[in-house]
Amino acid sequence: MSGDTLLEVDDLRVTFPTRTGLVQAVRGVSFSLGRERLGIVGESGSGKSQTGRAIMGLTPPQAQVSARKLAFDDIDLLSISPRQRRSLRGNRIAMILQDPKYSLDPVMTIGRQIVETLRTHEKVSKAEARERALAMLQAVQIRDPARVFDLYPHEVSGGMGQRAMIAMMLITGPELMIADEPTSALDVTVQLDVLKILDKLVAERGMGLIFISHDLRLVSSFCDRVVVMYAGKVVEQIKASELRDAQHPYTRGLLNCMPRIGFERHPLPVLDRKPEWAA
Amino acid sequence: MSAEIIQSRREWLLSDRPASRLQARLGRAYVTWRRFSANRLALIGLLIIIALLVVAALADVLAPYSPTIGDLKNARLLPPGAAHWFGTDDLGRDIYSRIVYGSRWTLYVVILVAVIAAPIGLLVGTVAGYAGGWTDAILMRITDIFLAFPKLVLALAFVAALGPGIENAVLAIAITSWPPYARIARAETLTVRNSDYIKAVQLMGASPFRIVLRHIMPLCVSSLIVRVTLDMAGIILTAAGLGFLGLGAQPPLPEWGAMIASGRRFILDQWWVAAAPGAAILIVSLGFNLLGDGLRDALDPRSGDQ
Amino acid sequence: MTAAIAIQGLEVVFDRFRALKGVSLEVGEGQSYGLVGESGSGKSTLLKAITGLAPVASGTVTVNGKTLGKTRDKAFYRDVQMVFQDPYGSLHPRQTVDRLLQEPLAIHGIADGEKRIERALDEVGLGKGFRFRYAHQLSGGQRQRVAIARALILEPSILLLDEPTSALDASVQAEVLNLLEEVRRRRKLTFLMVSHDLAIITHMCERLMVMQNGEAVETLTASQLIGHRVSEDYTRNLLRASEGFVRV
Repeated sequence: MSGDTLLEVDDLRVTFPTRTGLVQAVRGVSFSLGRERLGIVGESGSGKSQTGRAIMGLTPPQAQVSARKLAFDDIDLLSISPRQRRSLRGNRIAMILQDPKYSLDPVMTIGRQIVETLRTHEKVSKAEARERALAMLQAVQIRDPARVFDLYPHEVSGGMGQRAMIAMMLITGPELMIADEPTSALDVTVQLDVLKILDKLVAERGMGLIFISHDLRLVSSFCDRVVVMYAGKVVEQIKASELRDAQHPYTRGLLNCMPRIGFERHPLPVLDRKPEWAA
Repeated sequence: MSAEIIQSRREWLLSDRPASRLQARLGRAYVTWRRFSANRLALIGLLIIIALLVVAALADVLAPYSPTIGDLKNARLLPPGAAHWFGTDDLGRDIYSRIVYGSRWTLYVVILVAVIAAPIGLLVGTVAGYAGGWTDAILMRITDIFLAFPKLVLALAFVAALGPGIENAVLAIAITSWPPYARIARAETLTVRNSDYIKAVQLMGASPFRIVLRHIMPLCVSSLIVRVTLDMAGIILTAAGLGFLGLGAQPPLPEWGAMIASGRRFILDQWWVAAAPGAAILIVSLGFNLLGDGLRDALDPRSGDQ
Repeated sequence: MTAAIAIQGLEVVFDRFRALKGVSLEVGEGQSYGLVGESGSGKSTLLKAITGLAPVASGTVTVNGKTLGKTRDKAFYRDVQMVFQDPYGSLHPRQTVDRLLQEPLAIHGIADGEKRIERALDEVGLGKGFRFRYAHQLSGGQRQRVAIARALILEPSILLLDEPTSALDASVQAEVLNLLEEVRRRRKLTFLMVSHDLAIITHMCERLMVMQNGEAVETLTASQLIGHRVSEDYTRNLLRASEGFVRV
């Protein structure tokens, strides 16, 4: 899958000032991404979401982001102006968040939001924008696009909302998509539908995808490569197909501690956290 | 040496694993205090209020003259000077002394109103919010009736019915100031009554009375304290307004509002008669407002989880 | 074996919305029974109906041989306790662990409080050091342990578990599931556990009911599910979904 490098991250650090001093959420993360599906996995507080946000440029203003290199298609993301960054965002880099309820504008119909997104990045006529929005809604397998186009976010289910969100993010034809727990708020069966859509679109369009999740098993079944994070650091990078041979005890522990149908273990093995993992 | 002791004490207070009930409580109070004291304006407000308390307590020592008996013959309407710092009024009374003694009446009004109005508001609001249904509807409509009238007008009506005097003024202000507290307490109650921790207490078999009293009220108290503190300035002004209209404190009581009222006749020629109590009201009101703002930041349950 | 919980044709209606449409089930004493379904299946509503937090429109709930009426008395809550899904929402923000654990004892007038609190904290693997902490000084897993201690302190015979680990990280989830199994074994508890995750239910329960839209889809034993001996398509779908993403 991978060929040309789309994104390069070298020694990324995100630091938050707090009452008690500086807290490093991301402590020297490095990886590169081609036109492939990369999973970033970790538990809460591992810095996986902050990594995604830093790439996207959505780190809260009080935080410090630094990196030896943070380049998208050879554009140095840390040195360009906020304006250039904004135009990159949404146009060439897109992000899907966990809960569509919070990322869609509640007072605008879904269709209008998609059209607006398209028209801020491309000069197209209203009629054409509408056509393309409807086609996009169709592409995310919404059965009755014309009806959903005129609905408000609160009028659709979680799965439908997340599809609309994907449609909105993909309408500008981004090259890199960052998905932060895109299906965690959804029911398991809906989850797979949404992943299927995402998978198909990413493959068809040759996009790079960063899939951030706490669910190691889901990520490994969906992505080509997995980056495992712990306490702000990458502890292991591994091909998803070779996950069973993971070396790091944290990765192995994470895989082992989940109950699996047909593999009875009582009690479940628990993770014995070693301080040197975080060192 | 002493720096070390202070350091170790701070660590004890901020400990993540307190060893006793007392340590947990003190630690929590200390964190709140740190958040409060980080706000310099709030500290100024606190200082003003402490000064007010000190002045009220030591009025007998601080006031050089009697607040009620003046020297009509020699000291009428003297401008501020060495003998009379803030001048004298038309009856030859030392204004500084009257203001010092007046602080007692101001405190008396403010504290009594808070003590009467806040618990009524808290009780009505939490019961209405938790019970819901008819209880809620009836209690809230009564609250609405009180809210429908401007505070001063309603207080005026009550004082007119009860007769002028500072006790009746206090009562009238208290009766008119509980409805906003009831609204706040009800709103807070509605946000917590469906939370899992209240359900958990219900599932222990706790009576509604116990839930309201021990689990819901403590959560409403902090926003209520903030609101009452912010309202204190308004209470002082309402009391002063009633005093000004002759319906509050009666002469010769050195109440600040009444003092302004009596000074208005010579406001152009002897401005200090009205200006000094006016400034006192202004400073104390400001103090309460600053304190309330600081408390809001320190006590707000939504800012941080403490 | 007598039934700890027996439910017959239970209906729950919220403002004309039928959240439960005539569900029946029976949980034997000491058994662990699972309810699986997606959001809106009514699985959590069923737990709420048992505890009296949801309005029962029709049907009967029998607990330890006693058929429950409209209201629950204090004795009921000594028999049945519940652990909630969200450990961040189920502990009072202004109370220390000590206060939280004291409350049920005070309500039921139990005297040997000190000892019980210490024992309960020990039992859930939190030492004395946690006794005077506030909820915000605890991690998610520790909070859930406190919630379990609170549920156990009245020494109930039945524990209702509403997605007790879905808000926790996988490694913490394993610890909490192990703890729950351990206390169940030690105290011979009856579990009625709700989850959206088939793997957790098969791990924890001997029998389970698959629910959808307020109705029972089918009732299975854990071994039937493990062996994929299911008769309904919906269950099959859930099983497939729990195996992760498969590229076609």
